[in-house]
Amino acid sequence: MNTKRRTFLKSAGAASTVAVAVAAGLIKPTEVMAAEWNKAAFEAKGVPDALKGIGVANPAADSRDILIKAPDIAENGAVVPVEVTSKLAGTTSIAILVEKNANPLTADFDFSNGAEGYVSTRIKMGQTSNVRVVVKAGGKSYTAVKEVKVTIGGCGG
Amino acid sequence: MAEPMRIRATMAGDAADIKVLMNHPMETGNRKDAKTGKLVPAHFIQTVHAEVNGKTVLEAQWSQAVSKNPFLGFKVKGAKAGNKVTISWADNLGEKNSAVAVVA
Amino acid sequence: MKKMLLAILGASLLFGAISANATPEQDRKQILDYYKNKFPNIKFDDYVYGALIFSPDALEQYKSIMDFPPYYSQLDTGKKMWETPFKNGKTYASCFPDGAKNIAGRYPYFDEKLGKVVTYEMAINACRKANGEDEFAYDDMKTMGLVTAYSRSLSDGMKMSVKVEGAKALAAYEQGKRFFYQRRGQLNFSCASCHVQQVGNIIRTEYLSPLLGQATHWPEFRGGYNVTTLQTRYVQCNKQVRAVPFKQGSEEYNDLEYFHSYMSNGLPMQTPVFRK
Repeated sequence: MNTKRRTFLKSAGAASTVAVAVAAGLIKPTEVMAAEWNKAAFEAKGVPDALKGIGVANPAADSRDILIKAPDIAENGAVVPVEVTSKLAGTTSIAILVEKNANPLTADFDFSNGAEGYVSTRIKMGQTSNVRVVVKAGGKSYTAVKEVKVTIGGCGG
Repeated sequence: MAEPMRIRATMAGDAADIKVLMNHPMETGNRKDAKTGKLVPAHFIQTVHAEVNGKTVLEAQWSQAVSKNPFLGFKVKGAKAGNKVTISWADNLGEKNSAVAVVA
Repeated sequence: MKKMLLAILGASLLFGAISANATPEQDRKQILDYYKNKFPNIKFDDYVYGALIFSPDALEQYKSIMDFPPYYSQLDTGKKMWETPFKNGKTYASCFPDGAKNIAGRYPYFDEKLGKVVTYEMAINACRKANGEDEFAYDDMKTMGLVTAYSRSLSDGMKMSVKVEGAKALAAYEQGKRFFYQRRGQLNFSCASCHVQQVGNIIRTEYLSPLLGQATHWPEFRGGYNVTTLQTRYVQCNKQVRAVPFKQGSEEYNDLEYFHSYMSNGLPMQTPVFRK
């Protein structure tokens, strides 16, 4: 996430300030709506580089406050439901990585204005792998993993 | 241009439970077209933006590894029935889509 | 002793010949008892989940995805096809009672006048033909698949209620039953080999689904996107035992579907569904 942009939005105060700037043609709506996609992080080939890309160095292992609901064995590797709940106070973001995917960083969610540290989505996994979650809360980062097995069935699938 | 997304927003306790199903091929760029044998170019949603009553609540960035016809579920404390929920996305080819729903 | 009884029961079901003089209802009760004995903890209504019933992990994924399935846009396409009038101005709904709401459970049925089994897909084509349109190919999932995926959703939850009445209907049912219990293909399996005898076991990493409830959940969106009708699955299954498949809409598959669906009478249909 581009920190410069987030700072801008915060200091812009009420949404109306930004809206005025948009109306006056000073900022194109697309620039406000579309955050800059974190290319470096998403195209990183390994977990360490992906973590670096999202500004995380050594997240503390925490399996107690980060709950990952994901299957033990994925029915279909293209549609794997993953639900993450962070019980850590002041959770500001949740990132989901699939360690063995060619590009591990899969999704990065930033929460604000009452959004809880919770997200549910469906992801693609190329093979059996750890699904790694990184949570930013209170200025620190934490991580937990869950292994999800991916098989190719012989008859049903 | 893109097909409409479906939004379900209901109150669960003191939080709005918001679920979204988007329509998007989420092509990774690694798939071969069955007929032509050529690689289908990567085409996937990169950013998602959600607002409740005009305030940003969620900003998401995705890779091509989010499933086709993406599903997104999140919760917003302090939201109330009648609040307006706006979801917008932008993909790597410059396509955009947006939808509005009201918390039930 | 119980194991031996089950084995004998299983074997007799396998040959089918022993129950050659049983009525369809007796056949169905026999199947119900067989599964009740083999799996005392599975509730009758849960048989609509097929192989998912053997893995809570798999069932949980199914429920999670079915909460908001990814195939909505395809259902919308099917809806548009269903609601778009034919060249003569009429719609599909005009061919069916109640606009085709809660009717899918009555299919297949035996048409005395035509002297053959009529499946839901055949009824769709009959409707098209009667209104001056070309029939769909039964194996074309872009047309037949999508139209049935949407229109059968109008019968979601309806109890399977297939009727077998009259000597000709009974003969067609018996043909279907014979097909089910007959070995075929290089692997020399009958449908019953897996879906009666080996239910709950695993073959090629997959749990085997029971005959009971099997016909209730079609079409499926495999992987969430690939529409698959029941007879498309018959073709796939026959290929998987390395048998030359019959054509969809053939008498063999229609009679099989007749027997197959009757066996699931009383179970609530789930149409359409996600499967892996």
